This record gives sequence, C-alpha cells and structure tokens, in this order.
Amino acid sequence: MDTAKAPPPTSDASAALPPWQDPAAEPLIRLENVTKRFGDFTAIADLSLDIHEGEFFALLGPSGCGKTTLMRMIAGFEAPSAGRILLGGEDLVPVPPNRRPVNMMFQSYALFPHLTVADNIAFGLKRAGLPRGEIAERVAEMLRLVQLENFAHRRPHEISGGQRQRVALARALARRPRILLLDEPLAALDRKLRAATQFELVDIQERLGTTFIIVTHDQEEAMTMASRIAVMDHGRLVQVGTPEEIYEQPNSRYVADFIGEVNLVEGVVTAAENGRLVIDWAEDAAPIVTRSDVAAPVGTRVTFAIRPEKITVGAEAPEGAANAWQGRIEDIGYLGNLSTYHIVGPAGRRFKVQSPNRRRVARREFSWEDRVWFAFDETAGLVLTE
Amino acid sequence: MSDDDKAGSGFAGRLRRALLIAVPYLWLGLFFLAPFVIVLKISLSDSVLAIPPYTPTFDPSRGWEGIAAMFRAFDFENYVWLSEDDLYWQAYLSSLRIAALSTLLTLLAGYPIAYAMSRAPERWRPILLMLVILPFWTSFLIRVYAWMGILGQNGYLNQFLIWLGLIDTPLVILGTPVAVYIGIVYAYLPFMVLPIFSSLDRLDRSLIEAALDLGCSRLQAFWLVTWPLSRPGIIAGCLLVFIPAVGEFVIPSLLGGSRTLMIGKVLWDEFFANRDWPLASAVAVVLLLILVLPILLFQRHAERQQRRAEE
Ligand SMILES: Nc1ncnc2c1ncn2[C@@H]1O[C@H](COP(=O)(O)OP(=O)(O)OP(=O)(O)O)[C@@H](O)[C@H]1O
Ligand SMILES: [Mg+2]
Repeated sequence: MDTAKAPPPTSDASAALPPWQDPAAEPLIRLENVTKRFGDFTAIADLSLDIHEGEFFALLGPSGCGKTTLMRMIAGFEAPSAGRILLGGEDLVPVPPNRRPVNMMFQSYALFPHLTVADNIAFGLKRAGLPRGEIAERVAEMLRLVQLENFAHRRPHEISGGQRQRVALARALARRPRILLLDEPLAALDRKLRAATQFELVDIQERLGTTFIIVTHDQEEAMTMASRIAVMDHGRLVQVGTPEEIYEQPNSRYVADFIGEVNLVEGVVTAAENGRLVIDWAEDAAPIVTRSDVAAPVGTRVTFAIRPEKITVGAEAPEGAANAWQGRIEDIGYLGNLSTYHIVGPAGRRFKVQSPNRRRVARREFSWEDRVWFAFDETAGLVLTE
Repeated sequence: MSDDDKAGSGFAGRLRRALLIAVPYLWLGLFFLAPFVIVLKISLSDSVLAIPPYTPTFDPSRGWEGIAAMFRAFDFENYVWLSEDDLYWQAYLSSLRIAALSTLLTLLAGYPIAYAMSRAPERWRPILLMLVILPFWTSFLIRVYAWMGILGQNGYLNQFLIWLGLIDTPLVILGTPVAVYIGIVYAYLPFMVLPIFSSLDRLDRSLIEAALDLGCSRLQAFWLVTWPLSRPGIIAGCLLVFIPAVGEFVIPSLLGGSRTLMIGKVLWDEFFANRDWPLASAVAVVLLLILVLPILLFQRHAERQQRRAEE
C-alpha cells in the first residue's frame, strides 16, 4: 500500500493553498443539500460537496451507495428531489444534458450498436459541428490513445468487453468537455493497460485542464490518481479528503476499514494526558500507548486502528518500542514484494502485519507457528471514537 | 460431455439429428411447397366444363404413361393471355400502389403507437399489448362489415361530422379508395405495431442518454439512435403489411366498390364468377413471383450489409 500513496498535494507551505482549502476559491461544481429519492427510497441524502476546476475527484463506496446516481444528476439524467447543483455559480438543474459542458462515460458503456467504433467516437464531435478534417484527426488520436487503431471499423458487438470499455472512454474524452464523469472507466482492463490509461488520463487532465469525477472500486487507482477522494455510504459522504488524509486520518471505522487493510482493536481509555492515550484492550496484556488529538476522557470506549505495514515483526522485542507483544504466526500470505503475517496475539486477538520481502522466499526469516514479537510506535496508529 | 456431442456421435445420433432437421423441412414441403406445386400445375392446364374444371388431371391408375401424357398437355396459354390483357397488369399495378401507400400510412400510424407503448410504465405494457391484439378476437369479416356501417352515407362518421357542423351533405367515402386505405390501415395495424414495439422495447434507454450526453437534441437522438435501431422492426412490420395487402380481397370488395381495382378481386372473379381455375391459378402464380422478388432482393441486400459490417 505504501507504493500507492499519492504525492501529497497538501505537502508544505511552498505552494499556494489547494483550492479546496482556500475559502475564497470559487468551486466549479457545487452540490447544495442534494437529495435524490426514488419512490420512498433515498439514494442520495442531503449531500453537499464542492469540486474545483482541474480536480481529479474520486468517488469511492460500496455497491449501491449512490455513486452512479450522483453522476447522473451532474450529467443531467436525473433531477435532484431537493437541493441545488451549481456550475460556476449558476443553477445547472434546468439545463438539459446536451447543453451541459459535461460528458459521461456510462457504467454500461452505452455504445451505439449500429455504429462502428470510429463512428461512435466521432458521434459527439459531429454534433459539436467540428470540421470533418478535425473530426478525423481527433478520432485517430483517441483510437491511438486507447490502442484500438485496428478496430476502428468494427461494430461494438464484434469487440471484447475491455475493448468496448475503451471505446466508451474514448467517446467521452473526444469532446474534451470541462467536466468528465467516468463511471468505473478502467474496471475491465488488464493491469498493464490500466496503468497506461491512468497515466494518459492524468496527462490529459494536465494538458487540457479537464475536471475529472471518477467512480472506482480500485482503491489503488483512487490513491494514485485522485486529488481528493470522497468515501460514500448509503447516499451520504462519510469523508472527503486527499488520498493521504483518507488513508492516514480516516474519520471513522467505516473509512479506515474501507480504504486499505487495517487492524481495528476495541478498548477502553485508562489514562489520558498531554495528548497521549493509554488503551486497555486485553486482559493480561500491556496496554496500547498512542499519541492522539482525540478528546477521549478516561473510561471512553474507542477503536484503535493500525495499518498492517506500520507494524514490525521480529524475533526479539525491539528496544524502546512503545507497544510490543508476543504472538504466534498463524498464516503467511506471499504477495511477491510483500508478505502478510497473520499473528495471534494476546487474548487470541489476530493481527495482520505486512512487511517487505528482503530475501528470497526459501530463506524467509519466519515460518508458520514461529513465536515472534510484533511492535509499533506511539504515532503509528489512530484512535477513532465513532 | 454435452447432449450435443452425444447426438453427433454414432449412427443413432446422426439419425436423430437428421430427423430433427427434417421436421421443419417436412412441414414447409407439406404446407407450402405442395400447395404451390398444385396451383402451378393447374395454371398450366386448360379450362373445361367438368369437375374439377380443368384438364388434364393427374390419373395415377395409368402409371408413368399417364404422367407423361399430363406433362405433354401442359402449356403457357394462360400466362400469355394474362400478359396480353391490360386489365391484369393494371390490377397488379394498382394493387402494388394501394398496398405501398397503405403500408406507409400504417407505418405512420403504427410507429407512434409502438413508441408510446415502449415508453409506457412497465406494468401497463401487457395491457397495452392486449389492446393491440384485441381486434383479433372477433372475425375479420365482421370487423370489415362494421366499417361499412361507419363509412356509409348514413354511417356513424357522416352523422358525427354533420352533428359537429363540419359538413352539410354526407361525404362519399364508402366505395372509394379512401375507404380501402382506412380498412387496410385498420386491419393490419397490429402487424405493424407488434414488431416495431418489440424492437423499441429491446432498445437500451442509456443509448438515448448517451446521445443526449454527446450533444444531441431529443429529436436528433430519436433520428440518429432510436430510428435506426428500430429499423429491423420497421422492415418486418412493412413486409407483414405490404405482402398480404397486395393480395387483399375482402377489404377492396366490401369497402372499395367497383371503382377499386385490385388483383385479389380479379382472382376471386376468375375463380368463382368465371370458374376459370387455370387462369386464376396463373394470376396467383404471377402474384407470388411479384412478391417473392422484392423479398429476395431485400434479403440479399441485408446479407450484403451484414457482411460489409463484418469486414
Ligand atoms: N431509477 C431508479 N429507481 C429506483 N432505484 C434506483 C434507481 N436508480 C438507482 N436506484 C437505487 O439507488 C441506489 C444507488 O444506486 P447507484 O446506481 O447510484 O449505485 P452505485 O453506487 O453506482 O453502485 P455500483 O457500485 O454497484 O454501481 C441503489 O440502491 C439503486 O437500487
Ligand atoms: Mg454505479
């Protein structure tokens, strides 16, 4: 997961504030208390969100949480039941979809079955009234981008699922809209092609300044590409932040659990002073000692969250570690560059620990049933009170 | 191993497969080819005052000799006669014209109906489909008779228009081609609506949304996406209306009066008024050829397009 972390856009004081932290910045799209109901089912519940020009905004959330519905409202296929959607300060709701500077790539692709791949891509360009030469040029460029030059004259039913997805992507990109809505654009692509396309998307965004709103189920994708991530659940925003914030400072168990792997340990605060908490989590085991800004008086039930890669494993107790316990290796998962250890710690609690493989597998340091020490320092974890 | 593989191996499997394939061919042969051969045979015969009213007849008791004699007696006299009399050509042409125009009118009436049905809420659709099929529950003949009551000089339509004050004297509709068009459009509307509905019903709504998203107005989206994708339904509907309309007999004879010339009426007269079965059969065979030709041409065209798409 370490490799997946984006270069933090909020890094230091060198650059100007990112637009979402600048109170004076005018958002490109503003959703104001938007609610969408289908009958008596609420798909989007009182959602407010600002997205700024040039952002690469990722929507993350479990199936059915309302990601597509949110996109369809921005594209103009659904009207909000309540609330307003503003584009550059103007009400977008009465504007029909064909007049919005927005293009959407459909989750179902929605390719025109009676048109060839090239004609599908050219469809929006023709409607925009571009000269023929320019249309041909743009189509060729798009075909090159999605590596489908040899399939220009095929119909959608004559190409594979992944190829169809690429045509849908090319068709949405071709018009170069101000805002591109991509509903799981890369889900059907193989790893290599996906990486290449991700790179191209970022490149397009930098060249044309397009604002991307992208739905993805791939956390790594969201982490590497997005300027900000919104985690949704049941039609609500649970947390909106940079990839780094979402990963390092999830605001709830839900977000911590949803993004990446995490060990969640429940316990009770037994001491709190100077930003340092002591959490009792198992009988006969040393408590967790951690630094935290969270206001948790003694006696509060809290959840302690720690990522697997922040825990170290060793044959002996590391010196000076704030938190260290002994445990037994129950299982080892080999992930190529990483190994995941499942360690049974005090009171039978299982911990997931990830560490890089510095040696070949045959000479691995530990194996099944070994007794090991696992440890982390005071700043490695996070206290969640939710 | 799937059933398919089992069926393919061994003699029993091959036999079973051959039988399976043979059934539809047998059906076609028995109910389509055999009647056609009989009609073709009669059209090559001569008319006589007898039962049946033509000669030669097929006499199996004389064996091969009888068959040979029958073939020697065949000639194309009736076809020559057909081609020399203007009446027949005019009847064919007029039938084609009336059928073509009424197919167009049926399409104009049927497409919006099918479109509205496909856009109706899901739970309404079975009821709407039922309504389209409902007329089939009463006899075709009775329904055409009912139109005589509606379109006549003292019919409901004229009474209604006079009551509205739109006209003073009754319109003459019954006994004119207009009545024939009304009758054909009415009678064949379901054959147009159903195939178009089925192709529109299958159409993925998100395609229309994609078209709007890519800058189409609603009208453009209809013309560039909905219309071409419903074309198979349109073509099927048009063929289903056009082909029977060309040979239509009941509607022109009940609603069209003596002024409407259609080949179906000519056929009827030859069969029953003149009792000239051979000539009537020749009329029928030529009608078949006239109809088969455009269908074959259309199929060839469709196949070629398909192949071009696959290249
Ligand atoms: N037209 C509709 N009528 C009724 N319910 C709908 C409609 N469209 C969506 N919903 C419901 O709204 C909820 C959100 O749907 P949506 O398609 O936005 O989910 P999603 O987050 O995109 O899920 P996925 O990741 O599976 O694509 C779902 O429970 C869905 O059943
Ligand atoms: Mg979705």
